[in-house]
Amino acid sequence: MIRSTSKPVVNDNPFMKPMEWVSLALLVAVIFVVLPMLLDAFRLNLVGKYLTYSFVALGLVICWGFGGILSLGQGVFFGLGGYLMAMYLKLEASSVENTKIQSTPGIPDFMDWNQITELPWFWKPFQSLPFTLIAVIVVPAFFAFVIGTAMFRRRVGGTYFAIITQAIAAILTILIVGQQGYTGGINGITDLRTLNGWDIRTDSAHAILYFVNGALLVGCILFAQAVKKSKLGRILLAMRDKEDRVRFSGYQVASFKTFAFCLAAVFAAIGGAMFTLQVGFMSPSFVGIVPSIEMVIYAAVGGRLSLFGAVWGTLLVNWAKTTFSESFPELWLFGLGALFIAVVLAFPNGLAGIYRTYVEPRLTRRVKALEPAPAVALPHAAE
Amino acid sequence: MLGDYSLGDLSSIFVMQGFAGLILFSVYVLMALGLAIIFGQMGVINMAHGEFMILGAYMTYLCSGFFQTHLPALFPAYFFVAMAMAFLASGALGMLVEWALIRHLYKRPLDTLLATWGLSLILQQAYRSIFGAREVGVELPSWLIGSVQVTDTIEIPINGMFVMGVTTLITVGVAILMYRSRFGAQVRAVVQNRAMAGAVGIDTERVDRLTFGLGCGIAGIAGSAFTMVGSTGPTSGQLYIVDTFLIVVFGGAASLLGTIASAFSISQTQSTLEFFLSGSTAKVITLLAVVGILMLRPQGLFTLKVRR
Amino acid sequence: MNAALLPSHIIGADPAEKNFLLAVEALTVSFDGFKAVNDVSFYVDPNEIRVIIGPNGAGKTTVLDLICGRTKASAGSIKYKGQELTKLSESAIVQAGVGRKFQTPSIYDDLTVFENLEISFPRGRSVFGALTFKRDAEVRDRIEEVASMIFLKDQLLERAEFLSHGQKQWLEIGMLLIQDPELLMLDEPVAGMSVGERIKTAELLNQIIKGRSVLVIEHDMKFVEDIAHRVTVLHQGKVLSEGSMERVKNDPKVIEVYLGH
Repeated sequence: MIRSTSKPVVNDNPFMKPMEWVSLALLVAVIFVVLPMLLDAFRLNLVGKYLTYSFVALGLVICWGFGGILSLGQGVFFGLGGYLMAMYLKLEASSVENTKIQSTPGIPDFMDWNQITELPWFWKPFQSLPFTLIAVIVVPAFFAFVIGTAMFRRRVGGTYFAIITQAIAAILTILIVGQQGYTGGINGITDLRTLNGWDIRTDSAHAILYFVNGALLVGCILFAQAVKKSKLGRILLAMRDKEDRVRFSGYQVASFKTFAFCLAAVFAAIGGAMFTLQVGFMSPSFVGIVPSIEMVIYAAVGGRLSLFGAVWGTLLVNWAKTTFSESFPELWLFGLGALFIAVVLAFPNGLAGIYRTYVEPRLTRRVKALEPAPAVALPHAAE
Repeated sequence: MLGDYSLGDLSSIFVMQGFAGLILFSVYVLMALGLAIIFGQMGVINMAHGEFMILGAYMTYLCSGFFQTHLPALFPAYFFVAMAMAFLASGALGMLVEWALIRHLYKRPLDTLLATWGLSLILQQAYRSIFGAREVGVELPSWLIGSVQVTDTIEIPINGMFVMGVTTLITVGVAILMYRSRFGAQVRAVVQNRAMAGAVGIDTERVDRLTFGLGCGIAGIAGSAFTMVGSTGPTSGQLYIVDTFLIVVFGGAASLLGTIASAFSISQTQSTLEFFLSGSTAKVITLLAVVGILMLRPQGLFTLKVRR
Repeated sequence: MNAALLPSHIIGADPAEKNFLLAVEALTVSFDGFKAVNDVSFYVDPNEIRVIIGPNGAGKTTVLDLICGRTKASAGSIKYKGQELTKLSESAIVQAGVGRKFQTPSIYDDLTVFENLEISFPRGRSVFGALTFKRDAEVRDRIEEVASMIFLKDQLLERAEFLSHGQKQWLEIGMLLIQDPELLMLDEPVAGMSVGERIKTAELLNQIIKGRSVLVIEHDMKFVEDIAHRVTVLHQGKVLSEGSMERVKNDPKVIEVYLGH
């Protein structure tokens, strides 16, 4: 046996590298200082809405970027989080006093329109705020756990998984639209007013919610960073590359995949709940196939392996979408389509890849002390 | 829900809904055939498949208009020309797309999925710019309208039988092409071992391009058939893509017979349920059943056990 | 089973009485009707080095796949220290003490050599365990120790992608070493190596086989003669011959199908 007595040759695996701290500081500064100073209340609320999508993109970085599991159904979890929140808010807005002109006062207006005379059983618990907050996390996580366990234990992955998740997004949308008495149908759940008595429609409430949203986002980024830095993060990367090797190193691959999928679902659900709070409604148009796959492009544009990139990518795409669809609506779909193609063909590592290739080398040349961050290349076979 | 009907009523309903579902079934089969060739044989996920179908539908619409104004005498026969045009247009576009896009991504199936989604957005917007946002419909020649009365309670639409006949012909043609012809042998050789196929002198790039073009061309014919059941709009194709993928996966991706059986069971289940329930509930139940079965049996219904 | 084929010390011994590390009995697997492994039985003693040889398509790799759970058996049993493996999941088989090296080097290109080895360290294998795994002194020391055994001490921080083919093979052997399995299965460990690498690998294998049983698939006869205690010859999914290299070499059946051509 050779017992090594020399000092460990490996660095201490710090929580974040210096450049990552810089990225975090930059993000915090932009979200909490720069944007609130530059933008009026309406625009800031709009950015707040975009930032809720970046929760989804962040989850996709973990699940798709690291784990190689592409879910085309993240809208399902975004929607679940959003709808569960909306159910609470709607019940609060539908007090007997507010709804006394209805034939059945005290139930949401769309139920009354659909001749429903009693609050359905699955709506009842959402009269409680603590229950709602727990459900926003637990229900999507449980749903993802069931799907993930069923699929990953049977070694379903790659394109099959993508198709099945997409089908689930389609099913949920059809279900929500079809069951309008229970869900508000195509219009969704609208006319939300107060959160535990606090009016969420005012500019000051929007501003407070914006900062809460930002804080939650930073919290999620830090949690994702902890996952990335842990051995679990490295196992996800390893699994994406050589699944069998991980399996024959004694790991239950399915559990790790399920974990990544559940984490992505929880992030998406938090985003969805914050969306409902800031925008004041939730509708099936955020659940289906189209929004789900659009959320993938946010992560792809930011760089599918970059946690911070997920946020920048989301902001950039949505900023472009708003700008283009305001001035050249017919061009936007061409632009978005081209973006999908470009990000796959030309920039598979997105903004983060461009940054690492062109910007970082210049920066690190100046700051000698910083270690070069090895750019993790895109695996050629994502299966 | 079944209790209100007598046994005789029920069997008539099943038969009627069965024939009413014929066109839907044919559209599904043709879409799925094209996709099964592209996905099953090449492993490529083509999210723009619905847009290739819609191109076929627009070609049919153009032909219908052209024959009405310029060749009214030949109008009864235009549908055959339209189908050929649909096949050629979608096939040609497919080959172009393979050359420009798909061939760079053969080793990255998930990325192909994103890129072809981008393509589908571009195509949708292109259709909107060219044909307008409003949905268009086609005139059917008079001999395709109407139905044949079989018994008192059962009547079969003529266009359904026509489309069914065309679908059968194409399916048989594809089966012969894939399993009996030299081209089919080359496709399968490339699928199984690209390097070896190249080494024995098969032009693998050409085979890829033709295979992809063939799959897209068949989608174009599906679009022709589609004009008989629905009106054509820029985003009509998107509604079909999930169903079609489920059909292909459900049937077992590499099996043509499985694809047909699965298209049949899915379209018939949906069409029969639609009689008793609302359309959306029927769809939800059908899709849920398929997804549920796929979770239990991910390899699909018709697959052989092979060494991994 | 044909008793005449078996080496003398097995004849008459009831497998249940003897403490085999691995007892494979009547193992069969069929793929769509084709029996890739057909009624195969053999027994591996503790600390034995067993080499499986046989022409291409004889079912050698499939036997390893069956033992480590990658392929499910159609019939037969695989007992490891008395425990039935055919019903366990892959990860449970690994945790029971069976390690497997694949034919082509199977390492994680995107991770460093250190991280490759760390993943194989037998601790924190559950989701929660992996989240809370600490890279402590024990882990570091062990990784460095193994890295120097596999000649990669200076490459610890390098990404595995940039290693040479031989180094990748060593890295995978190192990943197994860290796992410290009692039964080590190696699929063609010297295939594709240069002469120099081959000598170093033989040296490495001689070092790591101490204190464990090893099941090796190898085509290189020189290498087999050097390391094998006993040899099992597979042919068309069946055991053709078994015994010392000397005995197997002179078996007319073996000469006919394998060594003779």
